[in-house]
Amino acid sequence: MSKLVYLDNASTTKMRPEVLEAMMPYLTDEFGNPSSIYPLGQRASDAVAEAREVLANILGASAKEIYFTSGGSEADNWALKGAAHANASKGKHIITSAIEHHAVLHVCQALEKEGFEVTYLPVDEGGLVSPEDFAEAIRPDTILASIMFANNEIGTIEPIKELAAIAHEHGVIFHTDAVQAFCHEPINVKELGVDMLSASAHKLYGPKGVGLLYIKKGVRVNNLIDGGQQERGRRATTENVAGIVGFAKAAELANAEREAEHDRQEKLRDHAIERILAEIPHAKLNGAPSPRLANNINFSFEFIEGEGMLLQLAARGICTSSGSACTSGSLDPSHVLLAIGLPHEIAHGSLRVTLGRDTTEEDVDFAIDSLKTTLENLRSMSPLYEDFKRTGEGSIIAKMKEEGFPYAS
Amino acid sequence: MAMNYSEKVMDHFTNPRNVGEIENPSGCGTVGNAVCGDIMRVYLDIDDNGVIQDAKFKTFGCGAAIATSSMATMLVKGKTVQEALEVTNKAVMEALDGLPPVKVHCSLLAEEAIHAALWDYAEKNGITIEGLEKPVNDISEHENGPHPDEEDDE
Repeated sequence: MSKLVYLDNASTTKMRPEVLEAMMPYLTDEFGNPSSIYPLGQRASDAVAEAREVLANILGASAKEIYFTSGGSEADNWALKGAAHANASKGKHIITSAIEHHAVLHVCQALEKEGFEVTYLPVDEGGLVSPEDFAEAIRPDTILASIMFANNEIGTIEPIKELAAIAHEHGVIFHTDAVQAFCHEPINVKELGVDMLSASAHKLYGPKGVGLLYIKKGVRVNNLIDGGQQERGRRATTENVAGIVGFAKAAELANAEREAEHDRQEKLRDHAIERILAEIPHAKLNGAPSPRLANNINFSFEFIEGEGMLLQLAARGICTSSGSACTSGSLDPSHVLLAIGLPHEIAHGSLRVTLGRDTTEEDVDFAIDSLKTTLENLRSMSPLYEDFKRTGEGSIIAKMKEEGFPYAS
Repeated sequence: MAMNYSEKVMDHFTNPRNVGEIENPSGCGTVGNAVCGDIMRVYLDIDDNGVIQDAKFKTFGCGAAIATSSMATMLVKGKTVQEALEVTNKAVMEALDGLPPVKVHCSLLAEEAIHAALWDYAEKNGITIEGLEKPVNDISEHENGPHPDEEDDE
């Protein structure tokens, strides 16, 4: 295999060398436990405190409001289970959206089994949650709402500020999963007005296995992991010192170049979207064109199934992902694509390309050229395409285009 | 992500044998549906002695679906109709050095697609193939499908 063209940055990112460099001492000589009283331990404790300060500053929070976790999923679990359990005496109703990450959706399902009631808000064809729907869903017994900042599959950015304001009018705690957005989009927790926010290091060129939960001062959240007195007694486990230091370093670097990188990736994204619509027939953009993450491109291609497309692209060194059922091990295609109203047939043929700081225009063009070849090949094998060519009928995307959807070819 | 395919599966997915159509086929069958994400169509050319001279396929589906179609059409070529019935999903899987557990249904679909094409052949010729049951999964209702009049019968 020749060059690796990594276009799956929503899945994970390549750690920066500066991050590894910052982490190295804490993986070697500076191995102390932050809870220990001697200097070796105190230096580790200082490193964690400094990292907490850096991350708090980026988020516009106070350091005391930042709690380190093992990643985004733990942060989501903690936020939802912790707030639900701590506030259950006030009510047992929770609001979320149909397109959340499984780290939120499956937690909601677990809470339902415990007797909580959950409203899963629908989204429009672009993946947006409507503030009107949100307001209408709030009941006297609603205690918690969790709506993601930006969707991991289709890149749609939700109106978090507006939703959080509505939640607060009714005394509802508001959490957002910002795993895809932290250090990619401008986020200030005070301006946004959120009560809790989840983030993860490995989505921003940091290490895997470390994330954070912002908990606004005064918000009642039960512990998820009991034990020692780490994280001000709210999350036991000896600190992942190197991971935490790496997280802060990665966030600092990503935040410093955030605007420039955002604009650069957005241009590449729009270039890719334009090329696909112009050069590949029977393609449809999934997710709102705006507001959308600068690095997210998600298309459905008709008459083909996603796994074959991914495998053929992988044979050329191109790493992408799909919402196809075959790539997830279940029989249903992605819940996000179904929630935006895609019929199963074209949800199976979806492709997600997510750009990163290393992605060049050459990479994007190479991927699109390869995609064209791949699709021609798979369509030549497809009985659905054969039928379509014979009859000129049965194209779902052609129908969408006729009905006025602009981002289809 | 189902990347743990055998080399043979990858070979048949990357370079599938027998892709295409047969004009005026002796039998044609389509099974599966787009909602589930797999559709296979098999065309058979069967001579007067009941020997399968040619087999072609078109498949909408994952890597395993394409590979099993390729292998199944390869295995039935040159066989008599009766022998072709012995090309079971197990035989297709074995010939491919196995499939990941979640992909076993693809081999079943390949077996059914062959059976659907044989059923079409039997109907067209007014014969009964011993041991062949009507495939349940045949969704083809278009003009080139094996049962153009079926809707009228139901």
